Amino acid sequence: MARKKIREFDGKRMIAAALKRGIGLDLLLKIAQVSDESGSINKENLLKLYPWFGEVPLVVKPDMLFGKRGKNNLVLLNANVDQAVEFILDRMHSEVEVGGVTGKLTHFVVEPFLPHDEEYYLCVQTQREGDLISFSCTGGMEIEENWDRVKSVLVSPGDEFRSEEIHSLLLSADVVQADAPLLEKFVAGVYQAYVENDCTLIEMNPFTIDRSQNTPAILDVRVEVDGYAHFRQAKNWSHVVFPESWGRVKDEDERYISSLDEKSGASLKLSVLNPKGHLWTMVAGGGASVIYSDTVVDLGYGNELGNYAEYSGNPKEQETYLFAKTLLSLAVVNQDKRTALLIGGGVANFTDVAATFTGIIQAIKDVKGKLEAAKAKIFVRRGGPNYKTGLRLMEELGEEIEIPIMVYGPETSMTKIVEHGIQWIETGV
Amino acid sequence: MGGSMEGGSLFSRETQALFYNYKAAPVQRMLDFDYLCRREKPSIAAIVSPGSKPGGFRKAFFGNTEIAIPVYGSSAEAAAAHPKADVFVNYSSHRSAYQSTLDCLPVPSIRVLVIIAEGVPERDVKVLIAECKKSNKVMIGPATVGGIQAGGFKIGDTAGTVENIIRCKLHRPGSIGFVSKSGGLSNEMYNVLARTTDGLFEGVAVGGDAYPGTTLSDHVRRFQDIPEIKMIVVLGELGGSDEYGVSEMLKSGVLTKPIVAWISGSCATYFNSAEVQFGHAGARSGNLDESAASKLTALREAGAICPTSFEGFEPLIAETYMKLVESGELVPKPEIEPQMLPGDLHQAIKAGQVRKATNMVCTISDDRGEEPSYVGVPISEVIGQSYSVGDVISLLWFKRLLPPWATKFIELVLVTAADHGPCVSGAHNSIVAARAGKDLVSSLCSGLLTIGPRFGGAVDQAAINFRNACDSDTSAEAFVEGLKKKGLRVEGIGHRIKTAENRDMRVELLSGYAKENFPSTKYLSYAETVEGYTLQKANNLVLNIDGCIGALFVDMLSGCESFSDVEVGEILELGALNGIFVLSRSIGLIGHALDQKRMKQPLYRHPHEDVLYTQPERPYKKSKSDPDSKMDM
Repeated sequence: MARKKIREFDGKRMIAAALKRGIGLDLLLKIAQVSDESGSINKENLLKLYPWFGEVPLVVKPDMLFGKRGKNNLVLLNANVDQAVEFILDRMHSEVEVGGVTGKLTHFVVEPFLPHDEEYYLCVQTQREGDLISFSCTGGMEIEENWDRVKSVLVSPGDEFRSEEIHSLLLSADVVQADAPLLEKFVAGVYQAYVENDCTLIEMNPFTIDRSQNTPAILDVRVEVDGYAHFRQAKNWSHVVFPESWGRVKDEDERYISSLDEKSGASLKLSVLNPKGHLWTMVAGGGASVIYSDTVVDLGYGNELGNYAEYSGNPKEQETYLFAKTLLSLAVVNQDKRTALLIGGGVANFTDVAATFTGIIQAIKDVKGKLEAAKAKIFVRRGGPNYKTGLRLMEELGEEIEIPIMVYGPETSMTKIVEHGIQWIETGV
Repeated sequence: MGGSMEGGSLFSRETQALFYNYKAAPVQRMLDFDYLCRREKPSIAAIVSPGSKPGGFRKAFFGNTEIAIPVYGSSAEAAAAHPKADVFVNYSSHRSAYQSTLDCLPVPSIRVLVIIAEGVPERDVKVLIAECKKSNKVMIGPATVGGIQAGGFKIGDTAGTVENIIRCKLHRPGSIGFVSKSGGLSNEMYNVLARTTDGLFEGVAVGGDAYPGTTLSDHVRRFQDIPEIKMIVVLGELGGSDEYGVSEMLKSGVLTKPIVAWISGSCATYFNSAEVQFGHAGARSGNLDESAASKLTALREAGAICPTSFEGFEPLIAETYMKLVESGELVPKPEIEPQMLPGDLHQAIKAGQVRKATNMVCTISDDRGEEPSYVGVPISEVIGQSYSVGDVISLLWFKRLLPPWATKFIELVLVTAADHGPCVSGAHNSIVAARAGKDLVSSLCSGLLTIGPRFGGAVDQAAINFRNACDSDTSAEAFVEGLKKKGLRVEGIGHRIKTAENRDMRVELLSGYAKENFPSTKYLSYAETVEGYTLQKANNLVLNIDGCIGALFVDMLSGCESFSDVEVGEILELGALNGIFVLSRSIGLIGHALDQKRMKQPLYRHPHEDVLYTQPERPYKKSKSDPDSKMDM
């Protein structure tokens, strides 16, 4: 996915660094991340790492890429260090359900508690026609109820966000005159940070003004960046971590394929949906792979679908081999009844079908015995450059290893093998 | 939506493109398509290779013949020379696609810009979209395979192989307009359309990015204005809200042609909702539902013809098409025979369809696999198991692995013969060449070219002579006197300063090594017998280093149990021993060349006083009319 969410901890540091660099505004940021990676979680250790834990009242929140933490009672306000440690230890590794998704809490963010009156809303988000900048003086938990007070302006692609535009945006949102200069400076700086870091979203709900230091203070922020810009953001993003989305836990095999995918110029994707399923797919092409899964679901066998897997972009033989081997090893675990393996794909434009099949064939040979034990039947459908050789290799493999392999070319409809696969697991024919 | 997309087709049979960042395969695929379609001119007018100098060209086949496609250093130059080319096909990487496209945007003759690369940052793409809109240009991509007008113009790799193009009837126009996000599925659908209808008229894959340059609805809107298109097929997918643009146009009556549509992604409900995120960014998530089911419902309600599954898509396309044919609204376009292309040699060989005699044979190494190999030994093993230079020589010169005592001997010889000072012919020539300002290779070669019968070549001949004599049991006396009778030198015998009392240490050490490690030193013993005989004639007629190496090489080859007698003879006849000397002495010659260059030595000129100038009486031209004129002078 091109857009990646980052943790509040990383987002705040990214924005603070950009503000300092860009407009010389120092937020005097004090922020800490507490997780298994940050050392043992006890008062003594945390005070050593962050002496200010003992000097100011604290705010503690899980930092797990989900919002609405206040509404879900997951925010600890105005706490001392003992309360903060207790709050974290009580919740660390516990399962919670947020937004319909259940996951484990693993990361917390800790900051000084800042008593405040004003709660401003500021959002910069990407749109096809430009960047939409929204501002309101009535931010916070009730932002949606006050949505009519949010004022927006669109900055066209490549254009600057001119100071008179910022001025009239804040004016339209009824900013108090005395605070206008600082707020205008801050909004301009945040937009610059958004641009310079290839962000696709910065949403502060809320931010306030720290009256004691006369600086803006970000109380809560969501940040998303454009993963495509990684090649030019190595410096700005050097400390940024890109976590899995909330509730998503990758098992070892999925992590292994992810690492293959990252190193490769091609695309290799694997998600395990149901380890006990009897229909396993390995489909070439991002578009086609979705349609194979659709067809399984449309035919009423979604509960039998073991996985989602996609390879494309002309992967090397060795990459296809490792990919197939990992996938096959998952497919053969459940041996309680028949298993169907669907090696599908559309008619390729430029991928060499025979070359990719060579890697898959080697993997099939490697797990031959287990495939037999799982009573597996393999269904192949593919077209494209060199497909005749590729299909012939598959047919020959079937004869060689005595596992039934049904082979179809572009004259057969793409998803026909889904029906065949279902028939196999249901009736053994 | 992108720039103005009304007004019909983007391409025709005359359309020509500038191809940015040369890639052999897609260029050839475009030209093969052109030939199948019987286009008069190839669809690529020029290639842009950033920074290349003018005057270059790239070769490609146009049917049976090769053509030269001109290469330019910038898009502006290429466009100036080829003002009729109006499509820019950009094959640069995701890192440089933005700048190269931006550079091409001001070129007035370019109307359509295609970006193939996947991974162009969104911020950059948005600028390109905005610029295209301002200048009323059309962008296809990024992250796309491109698009095709059947029988007219094809972008890059679209529609794959020639065989697929013919099977899909893409070499002549049909009546269907098709658009999808995915390039792979486009090709699949061209097959479906060929099975169920009179074929494609125009097809576009807009690319899978969040902000494609032109959207599904942009192209559907365009298809409405193309009279040849009688029916529109759309393959959408979950995520984004572009399909609602189509349903809105249907509702408002802008679209009147029949639209058969499917949205993939109904499986998303079976995925853990945490895994697949299609949500809008921003606090105020969109009002529109981006799921496949919702978009399909909207399209269906707006009047699109939608199946209930992908499996139902093909029959529904067939049914809709047949209705149009039966009602007379669609008159099927004629089938036209493609202009058949000659088979491609590489593909035919790959498919095992033809055989072709090779022009060259190689038995010592192979660079085709994952890594190069020496006589089947992969290079990783050569490194990993610390093969020596001697091992590698025995592999590449003799195609076998000789025992360690033999390869060690080869290395001793290499070390021993590496240099013999600056005065010998080879080193002298290398030094002179280096001082004349010649490069390293020329200096080395200048020295190497002196190696022959007089300089360095004695080893070969000594080895052959000693072997023949020893094998035929010729006595030392008969051997020496026989050569003398023929007027030949006894190669390997004699030294400028060394004598029986003052032995050459190199000979001593090599002989000592051999006697200790070789299974037999029969030929060395024979050479020593010869030396015994010649020493009776003069005190400096000792076995020299050439003779010693020559004799010991024969001992090595004969004693390592790897070669037959015939093979040993062949190795000597082929000059392998001379090869050892050339290899060894190259080390010294390179050293001398580097030495001279490092010291910035000036051009060498031999001093006059070192040359004896002596000339015969000067000759004169003879005159025909006066043959005796010289005599008068």
